[in-house]
Amino acid sequence: MLSVKNLEVVYQDVILVLKGISINLPRNKVVALLGANGAGKTTVLRAISGLLDIQNGKITKGEIIYDEKNITNSNPSEIVKMGVSQVLEGRRIFSEITVLENLKLGAHTNTQNFEKNVERVFDLFPLLKSREGNIAGYLSGGEQQMLAIGRSLMSEPDYLLLDEPSLGLAPKLVDQIAELVLEINNLGVSVLLVEQNANMALNISDHAYIMENGTIVMDKNSLELKEDEDVQEFYLGLNSNSTERKSFRDVKHYKRKKRWLS
Amino acid sequence: MTFFIQVFIEGIALGAVYSLVALGFVIIFKATDVLSFAQPALAALGAGFICYFATEAGINFWLSLLIGIFLTGAVGLLIERTVLRQMVGEPVFSVAVITIGVDILIRTFLDDWIGDEPRFLGDSFTSYGNFGSFSIGEFNFKYLEMAGLFVAFIVILLLNLFFKKSRYGLAMLATSFDQETALAQGINVGRVFGLAWFIGGLLAAIAGFVFTGGFNTLTQLSFVLALRALPAVVIGGLDSIPGAIIGSLIIGVTQSLAGYYQYSIEEYFDINLGLGFSTVAPYIIMFFILLVKPEGLFGTKEVERV
Repeated sequence: MLSVKNLEVVYQDVILVLKGISINLPRNKVVALLGANGAGKTTVLRAISGLLDIQNGKITKGEIIYDEKNITNSNPSEIVKMGVSQVLEGRRIFSEITVLENLKLGAHTNTQNFEKNVERVFDLFPLLKSREGNIAGYLSGGEQQMLAIGRSLMSEPDYLLLDEPSLGLAPKLVDQIAELVLEINNLGVSVLLVEQNANMALNISDHAYIMENGTIVMDKNSLELKEDEDVQEFYLGLNSNSTERKSFRDVKHYKRKKRWLS
Repeated sequence: MTFFIQVFIEGIALGAVYSLVALGFVIIFKATDVLSFAQPALAALGAGFICYFATEAGINFWLSLLIGIFLTGAVGLLIERTVLRQMVGEPVFSVAVITIGVDILIRTFLDDWIGDEPRFLGDSFTSYGNFGSFSIGEFNFKYLEMAGLFVAFIVILLLNLFFKKSRYGLAMLATSFDQETALAQGINVGRVFGLAWFIGGLLAAIAGFVFTGGFNTLTQLSFVLALRALPAVVIGGLDSIPGAIIGSLIIGVTQSLAGYYQYSIEEYFDINLGLGFSTVAPYIIMFFILLVKPEGLFGTKEVERV
């Protein structure tokens, strides 16, 4: 189990981004982390994978426990070696080198099982195999996302942190990514999925957290969350009681906020 | 024509040696975003180490050569660990100024040791008949220059292999593309920084030896030769490895041609270009290239999907 306990993160010594967040990611589960822009979802992932430093962020309170080991403030390469790998938002592939070289970089901490892991990635993403020698920058958006995920899998992680894998992809590709997440999960990798596409995320996850302004406001089973009236209204875009279209002009902003606090 | 070809080849050989220093600049800049003005001092330091071990300590020359080169690499690593690691994330300009400080510091100690008399490095390039040169047909080559050309060629091949094949070479490339993503792959970026400086030191020392070996001798002004890698890097584009090589060759050939043909040019145009024109000529070339391409000839283009 990967668990975050009462985590507080401050950027540039003054900006309090996470105000005591606790999240549990059990083995072999998919957990979704939802929330509006700026809620602090990515910061949670950064804190786990040790990438706060480069953004001038600091963990001021709380801890991150990986199978009973405290990995708070460990450096990124140790964390990756232990088995936690993050797929950064916006794909971030190395666009000037080939697909295979990208995968090699993903295997930086785990070179001994390279052949086996490449096999595994190519099984998951057959498209990548046919593009093996291509310059990664010329892949399509969906292929790039697959490459980014594949690259992270090269380190044989037990926990995969996915930051908005559906970003900027066509609906059909989003479905494909969703299926892939489940497939990866079936391989025995737990996934922490940060998403804007709440519908997709709730469909494939076992458990979900909703974040707002640096705190967790909801923490429930995904199925239950899908039935929740507020979630339906604000995250799934459904109108709870009728089929008529709803205008957000009619919803007072303060009201929307207030409901979340209850 | 024979004369022209010979001068041209000499220029290429000179440029090849410049390219070693220039590659150090570029590798350090690409990997760590630091403009290292300490390269000339490192080149002189490398020559100093070799000279010390081969002459004063009395070790076999070839062994001293190896020790000197690796020791300079280690000094590069030390500079990164002690001085520049503290400056990660600071503005490029302040870090560049720090490297100038390091350059002055190293040269102060080195100059004190070198003293006023030029020092021979203890190599045998002076004794290969006819003042260290040999002839093929009508052409007359200096051993040291040809050795420099050969060594530069080998080093560039090895570097290429390193970046293409080795785990850390690839990691270094990745770090230069996108540091954060490199971190997320578990690449130890600190180690990559150190490695870049180590390689920078090695390259500088190799160039330093070619500059000061044979009859060239090590003096307090030897570092100036390595300084000429700077216009080479600027011409080629700060972040381009092929650019560094081609820029260096341009500088080398310009310098060599300007040196040999200065008298003819002066006579033809009836002007006086003055002493040391060959030293200035590369900077004139740099000036004109920068007017047309401010990012240098090979400022890398990013692959982008439309």
